[in-house]
Amino acid sequence: MNEMLKIPLTDLSDPPPFKARARQALGDDQLRRNFRTAMDSLMTKRLASLSDADERERLRELGNRIRARALSKLPKLLERLEANLTRNGVQVHWAETTAEANAIVQRIAERHEAKLLIKGKSMVSEEMDMNLVLGAQGIDCLESDMGEYIIQLAGEKPSHIIMPAIHLNRQQVGTLFHEHLGEPYTTDVDELIQTGRRVLRQKFFEADIGISGVNFAVAETGTLLLVENEGNGRMSTTVPPVHIAVTGIEKVVENLRDVVPLLSLLTRSALGQPITTYVNLISGPRKAEELDGPREVHLVLLDNGRSQAFADSELRQTLNCIRCGACMNHCPVYTRIGGHAYGEVYPGPIGAIITPHLVGLERAPDHPSASSLCGACGEVCPVKIPIPALLRRLREENVKAPTAEPHLLRGQGSKFSARERWTWHAWQNLYTSPLLYRGFSYLATRFGRFTPGQLGPWTEHHSAPRPAPLSLHELARDHLEQRP
Amino acid sequence: MTELFHNAAPNATRTAPPLAAPRSYPQEKPTQVYLFGTCVVDLFYPAAGMDSIRLLEREGLRVHFPQAQSCCGQPAYTSGYTEEARAVARAQLALFAEPWPVVVPSGSCAGMLRHHYAELFADEPETLRLVQNLAERTYELAEFLLHVCRVDYQDHGAPTKVALHTSCSARREMQTHLHGRALLGQLEAVERVDHDHESECCGFGGTFSVRMPDISGAMVADKTRALQDSGAAQVLTADCGCLMNINGALEKQRAALRGEHLASFLWRRIGGAA
Repeated sequence: MNEMLKIPLTDLSDPPPFKARARQALGDDQLRRNFRTAMDSLMTKRLASLSDADERERLRELGNRIRARALSKLPKLLERLEANLTRNGVQVHWAETTAEANAIVQRIAERHEAKLLIKGKSMVSEEMDMNLVLGAQGIDCLESDMGEYIIQLAGEKPSHIIMPAIHLNRQQVGTLFHEHLGEPYTTDVDELIQTGRRVLRQKFFEADIGISGVNFAVAETGTLLLVENEGNGRMSTTVPPVHIAVTGIEKVVENLRDVVPLLSLLTRSALGQPITTYVNLISGPRKAEELDGPREVHLVLLDNGRSQAFADSELRQTLNCIRCGACMNHCPVYTRIGGHAYGEVYPGPIGAIITPHLVGLERAPDHPSASSLCGACGEVCPVKIPIPALLRRLREENVKAPTAEPHLLRGQGSKFSARERWTWHAWQNLYTSPLLYRGFSYLATRFGRFTPGQLGPWTEHHSAPRPAPLSLHELARDHLEQRP
Repeated sequence: MTELFHNAAPNATRTAPPLAAPRSYPQEKPTQVYLFGTCVVDLFYPAAGMDSIRLLEREGLRVHFPQAQSCCGQPAYTSGYTEEARAVARAQLALFAEPWPVVVPSGSCAGMLRHHYAELFADEPETLRLVQNLAERTYELAEFLLHVCRVDYQDHGAPTKVALHTSCSARREMQTHLHGRALLGQLEAVERVDHDHESECCGFGGTFSVRMPDISGAMVADKTRALQDSGAAQVLTADCGCLMNINGALEKQRAALRGEHLASFLWRRIGGAA
């Protein structure tokens, strides 16, 4: 693993430019092999579990409708969710920013004099940078998902939203465990997992608070649904005396019936699984007659820019996302540069469309451009987010003059360049004036052989294109005039 | 907390369009067609445009090539310069007034006309009617030859192996890969070989290739390696953006392999060219 590619745990506030990270990743053969192999396998598994195209398309359409319906009444559903969770004994907290969310968790931790938090996997906690923020307050956060645990040992951030350590192969994990845990070096995956489980198992009993994410928050019943394959999610949410779930405000669905197709889409799109090993439905703290479970359950609902996406009918579709990761598994760009190159919490196509809302376009100005718009992401998205269309829309917002109209998006106009705008305007004039175009193509074809051999970025990987001696306009005119 | 949503338009939620029904094709063969040549073909691959015209004429069609045509507007559209794209698209709209089919020797440009013009003119009901009419009669060349002309080609060439690359938007918006395969399948002595990660993007993506040259370069390097490893003597594609990308990279690598537009290959194989 290239040292430079690690995102230091201490600082995500000023990531180096996307292109520099991407170049570094492209030069790392091991990294590229790891991603290609893993993504190929995930694509194969998904297709095998969604092999009936008719069923797949019907299910995706259903998933899209369910998410759209939930979003169409989001404020109402959130209020209903809060009411029903409260009735079930769950304490609901609202956070507009990640700082507020961390403060809420910290207050709860301080009230319980908590020193150790054990975490199931949660991408929202990554948005909050919870491990770092709470760690600085003397509250240790330990990751219990095997992939998260591995990268925590390595001092890295997730490189994939559901397989956070996918950038590492087993040799690299063997070395990590050997160096950090003093275990004999092995590349046997079962042995490595046993080691991790042994270390973590004890921690579940020592932890004061369990932290988890949420896959679906069900408004009608006040239920938090959490899927996982390792059992660490169940341990984190049942063994410690306090459970705090953190999630984004868009994760709410109307009722349990809605969960069934979404769950099927999620597990099949993500790992090709018909269902995960564990499906946890959490409906409140331990009741008087119950023998186990946490005494206190909290839910922190985080906005962190999601309401910005919500405000625009097109960009709102970003919030359909159920975080399966299929878009990155199928993305030819993500496959080649991996997740760390994006320098933000959410990589790949979904990252490129959601990050601008979370951190502002000014901090992720290149993300919407990091796509050939090939459409693979949109094709596999289980809830039919038109990712390429949203990328294009963000490009449009990105190149708007910063002074134009009230800003819908934070950081709008971050890529505005008067020169580039002028160039496209010249292009427009050329292609809307037949006379001008005829003159241009005459010169281009007659003097095409004088095209310079170096044409900026293009000739880094290509020879320079040479215009033909006569344009199709001329050839077609001559040909069609000669016909009877 | 509902103040979070004070900006939101009520009921502004969008749903995905319903599943598209398979395209139906006219029963009767038209007698006249337009050719929309595209900007890349016009300057860099005019032979592909001419071979398209010849393939259409061979089917007894009278081909029209409006001289005022230029570009579908896709480069500006995908770069986020929507106003500029709209202006260029508008300039094309007036050129295809007769109810004849519009045939495009490039899948992604055909997709632009067929699917994205409606997005550009969504707020102009008058123009939108024109756009929808144009979309309904826009065909990618291979699709038109196969499903409207219902060609039945006789192969006159020597045995050869070819690899077919399909542009991503052509594949996803126009199903061009299926049409290309079906046409090649009619050629007896032509063996179409698969290549590794065949459905993956070649890295062109219009301005993506110059905005993100490192990533685009890695993608085309993988694509050209896969094509060379396939054992094909030649690469075929019905999209000149990809062709420029793949051939430009092969040339830079000093490889022997080259790509050609499907139209030129077909015209040669069926004995059209000397």
